[in-house]
Amino acid sequence: MSDEPLLSVVGVSKEFGARVKTVALAAADLSLERGEFVALVGPSGSGKSTLLNLIGLLDRPTTGHIALAGQDTSGLDDTALTALRGRMLGFVFQFHHLLPAFTALENVMLPEWGDVGFASKELRTRAESLLRSVGLADRMNYRVSDLSGGQQQRVAIARALARNPPLVLADEPTGNLDTESSHEIFRLMRRFNVEAHTTFLVVTHDPRISEQCDRIVEIIDGRIHSDRRLRAALTR
Amino acid sequence: MPFEWFVALRYLRDGKGQSALILAAISVGIAVVVFLSALIDGLQVSLIDKTLGSQAHVTLRLPRETPRALVSASPERAIANQVQVAAQRLRSIDQWPTVIAEVERMPGVTAVSPLVSGAAFAIRADAKTPIVVSGVDPERFLSIIDLRARLVLGHFDVSGSNVAIGSALASYLGVTIGDKFRVTSSEGIEDTVVVAGVFSLGNKAIDETWLFASLRHAQSLYALPGGVTAIDLKVADVFAAERIAIAIQSRTGLRAESWMARNSELLAGLSAQSGSKSLIEFFVVLAVALGIASVLIVSVVQKSRQIGILRAVGTSSGRILAVFLIQGGVLGLVGAFLGCGLGAILAKLFEGMAREPGGAPRFPVALTPTLFASATALATGIGLLAAVIPARRAARMDPATAIRSF
Repeated sequence: MSDEPLLSVVGVSKEFGARVKTVALAAADLSLERGEFVALVGPSGSGKSTLLNLIGLLDRPTTGHIALAGQDTSGLDDTALTALRGRMLGFVFQFHHLLPAFTALENVMLPEWGDVGFASKELRTRAESLLRSVGLADRMNYRVSDLSGGQQQRVAIARALARNPPLVLADEPTGNLDTESSHEIFRLMRRFNVEAHTTFLVVTHDPRISEQCDRIVEIIDGRIHSDRRLRAALTR
Repeated sequence: MPFEWFVALRYLRDGKGQSALILAAISVGIAVVVFLSALIDGLQVSLIDKTLGSQAHVTLRLPRETPRALVSASPERAIANQVQVAAQRLRSIDQWPTVIAEVERMPGVTAVSPLVSGAAFAIRADAKTPIVVSGVDPERFLSIIDLRARLVLGHFDVSGSNVAIGSALASYLGVTIGDKFRVTSSEGIEDTVVVAGVFSLGNKAIDETWLFASLRHAQSLYALPGGVTAIDLKVADVFAAERIAIAIQSRTGLRAESWMARNSELLAGLSAQSGSKSLIEFFVVLAVALGIASVLIVSVVQKSRQIGILRAVGTSSGRILAVFLIQGGVLGLVGAFLGCGLGAILAKLFEGMAREPGGAPRFPVALTPTLFASATALATGIGLLAAVIPARRAARMDPATAIRSF
């Protein structure tokens, strides 16, 4: 494993609006090591989502550089960004964002399927074992619209991990779940963090979740306000 | 299954109501195209068949005789003259067996028949009527116009003094098979003929005046021993007749007239009909295309979040483009199959509704494989084309905006 950080955000800012400029993020610096489990906290509108969008390569920064595993992303075109996103990043969204027309299994298979073009037998096997490991062995062929909120979020986690990405970005993954389900989702992510050495960056409002992370990064008014380490990464 | 096909088909299946509605619209549109084409093509084919049932595709005659000036004009000398149009004589085509041999070798020509044709009077008792006499070589002539199929009495036998005459002529003269009457040709030569066959071509002017005799018989009536006055041709492609006529004219120096030149009004009518058919079909197809496009645009808007997710998890914009193009193409293809079936049923029903007394359809329809193939290709193409705008819109969708969650 190389020494360079998995993610390095240097002097990144983001402004919106053409005439009236709104600064959503100002000169943010952030670096994530491999295997870390990091919480991103802050009040609503503080710039958490903007930062996550930029790290997720869904948006381009106004200034600054973002590098994934040492590769600078600023010069890449749309096609290259899409490919890099597929290879390096997994996403867990607040409203799970699964594709309702497809089954749980198909949802987990879609990221690689959509990149490679064909669904290999090996991909199917991998997706099945992921769904088993999130406890959905008997729900694989259900349409996701027929699953409960917690089950849907577990499908979303399985999908995020389907291509075994080094970094998973989660935007309030437990935001819409009851306490029981929230803890289960957190435990699942933590388990993959430890077992598969996957790095997690989790936006959350829930202090019970953030307190269990290795590190808490707090954003206020578009600036990184604090960066506290609670414990060493469990994978080290 | 390739990703694009899988997602496209799933989306079509998922939006059952939408897919069914637009499929119905495409089917109806294509059915109209198929029905209209089958009807109009059928009508045109039958009209042309009827027209060509009693005439040769191309007829060769001697060029008209024109007076020749004894002195010719030059830059220094102008000529004031009065041209008197020459009266036309009945003459034989020079070296006609050579001409026939040459024309038979030309590509596209399927049959050649020499004939002697002239005006005459048919006389029986007090009845006297002008007729058109054609002397033919029966075997060659029948391959140009199959008169046997149009016989109402007797046989097509023109040996010796036997003749075949039109049905209206027969009833005017009051003759039937085996009866005799006299013929006086325009050359003043008189002969007695025996009716061996009576035909009806369904054209009053022809049935009242035509008489077929043997070539030799007509040669003697017109004092043209061994000569012929015209050569009839049949060609493989009836619409190539004019082109072939021009080629023959320039090669032989004879006056070649095609059925297309003789029936230019019919052809103008047919082409106007085809034009209006194309216009109607164009607007129907346009409406279908707009329908497909609007359904797909709505579908793209409805699925914008899903498209954003697919893009976010690593699907290229090219694949998203393909997903929506495939939907358009599949809608067009399936709609074409349904529409072809529906159009064929409509056409057959229509054909069955209007029948002539004999039982033959009054409006014969032409349901050809070519028609089905072109309708299918058209609908699929339209589907793809109509999907271009929605598909590009989907492909250009910005994943971050589409998700609106981060």
